[in-house]
Amino acid sequence: MEKTIANTVLKVNEEGYLTDFSQWTKEVGSTLAQEANISMTPRHWEVITYLQREFKNEVPLSIRRIGKSGVVDIKEFYQLFPMAPLKTASKIAGIPKPVSCI
Amino acid sequence: MKRILILGAGTAGTMMANHLRRSLPAETWEIDIVEERTEHHYQPGYLFLPFDLYTPEDITKPVRDFIPEGVRLINDHIERIDPDEQFAAMRNGDRLHYDLLIIATGTKIAPEETPGMLGSEWQKSVFDFYTFEGSLALRNKLREWEGGRLVVHVTEMPIKCPVAPLEFSFLADSYFKNKKIRDKVEITYVTPLSGAFTKPKATTALQHLLDEKNIHIESDFAIERIDCENKTIVDYGDRTIPFDLLVTVPTNKGDELLARSGMGDDLNFVPTHKATLQAKNWPNVFVLGDASDIPTSKAGSVAHFEAEILTENILSFIAGEPLKQEFDGHANCFVETGGGKALLIDFNYTHEPVEGTFPLPGIGPLRLLKENRMNHMGKLAFRWIYWNLLLKGNHIPFVSAKMQEAGKSFD
Repeated sequence: MEKTIANTVLKVNEEGYLTDFSQWTKEVGSTLAQEANISMTPRHWEVITYLQREFKNEVPLSIRRIGKSGVVDIKEFYQLFPMAPLKTASKIAGIPKPVSCI
Repeated sequence: MKRILILGAGTAGTMMANHLRRSLPAETWEIDIVEERTEHHYQPGYLFLPFDLYTPEDITKPVRDFIPEGVRLINDHIERIDPDEQFAAMRNGDRLHYDLLIIATGTKIAPEETPGMLGSEWQKSVFDFYTFEGSLALRNKLREWEGGRLVVHVTEMPIKCPVAPLEFSFLADSYFKNKKIRDKVEITYVTPLSGAFTKPKATTALQHLLDEKNIHIESDFAIERIDCENKTIVDYGDRTIPFDLLVTVPTNKGDELLARSGMGDDLNFVPTHKATLQAKNWPNVFVLGDASDIPTSKAGSVAHFEAEILTENILSFIAGEPLKQEFDGHANCFVETGGGKALLIDFNYTHEPVEGTFPLPGIGPLRLLKENRMNHMGKLAFRWIYWNLLLKGNHIPFVSAKMQEAGKSFD
């Protein structure tokens, strides 16, 4: 599937997650945040940058690991990205939806 | 004489002891297995015990009965493993040196991870069914419970047998119907996932069953604490769900032994190559069953399929050859849906559960992802298969270690 944000045609999956991280820009992230009704602050971007770094290092993400990361605690993570923070933040960060292994 | 040391005589370790004793000459290879407990539990029975469908006797047998001749069973507590010096230290001070180690210490519940879980309501209105004691205490509670809000809850993934809490909800629906108090019970299923299950097609089928049985689902719920005073569970976003009876699956962790030995990840699971089952950090250490971090279900069926593959790989390793047998993540689970019916799911790392026939493509007799009585008979028959075939490391007819694609309806 494709989606146009900021005059760029982006490859996304059926749930709206970017499928090619190299297409991500801060502008794309801002637009995706708006779609999720989140107004981004510097603190939001810190968390997004952290998630992207973990993604590049191929570290699987979970709420538990984020809580122990020292970057953000779980309570604040929920305040920044309410309801389903890991999914919302991953979408804004342009990284795949986290897989909870089964 | 060389020595293989197996840690844990649960489903995985017991199967491995049987496979290896048959495959390796007793003159050159000693096989030892260490287990702290003396009783072997048929763990799928923990699901049936609360509903008086099985008795404690149905699901308990001595560990020793399943350890083959020629394997030494050591009944002791393991203090730590030293993977560099290649020994395991026992509580009594003995050091068991090994040439090859198999870790099969499983996963355990860690209710202490959630504030309030072990508080004043533990085993009064807050129960687990992942231990024998918890399951039995819950049976006694259910026998006298007159109704109210039942909340079935999953703390965080991964958990052993990820379908078990759903099955618990379905069986609870049947149980209260039979007791003629279903109208007095409100059942809510609370999960940290976005839906009933982790895989899309199975989620659709299972969601349909939840609706049919009038079980309400609350998804994306990451629990922060249990409020014992108000009898609610509270998530990090301050969502609260009230309960009169909470049946929770606490955080699952690998054995503390792995933390003490510096061999586990943040949940004490051992980082393991998902295709070969070799530990990532130590070539002569292999990890079988729930103790590893591989991305498949933590379940007896998985351990059974792994054991067939791992036996081949260990023989290759001993011969100094490359590990060529590759595990595909194969899992096969009966899902009890209540009312004497069940459905069956069969999947691996890359293929999600879909509809089809099993184990014979096009014939069955079991049907995948469809609820019926035959599947339920399959689940009941499985207890016999477990005690008589599976633990002894026998091949189950027609069921291969690698998942078959034939007989399944992929898109």
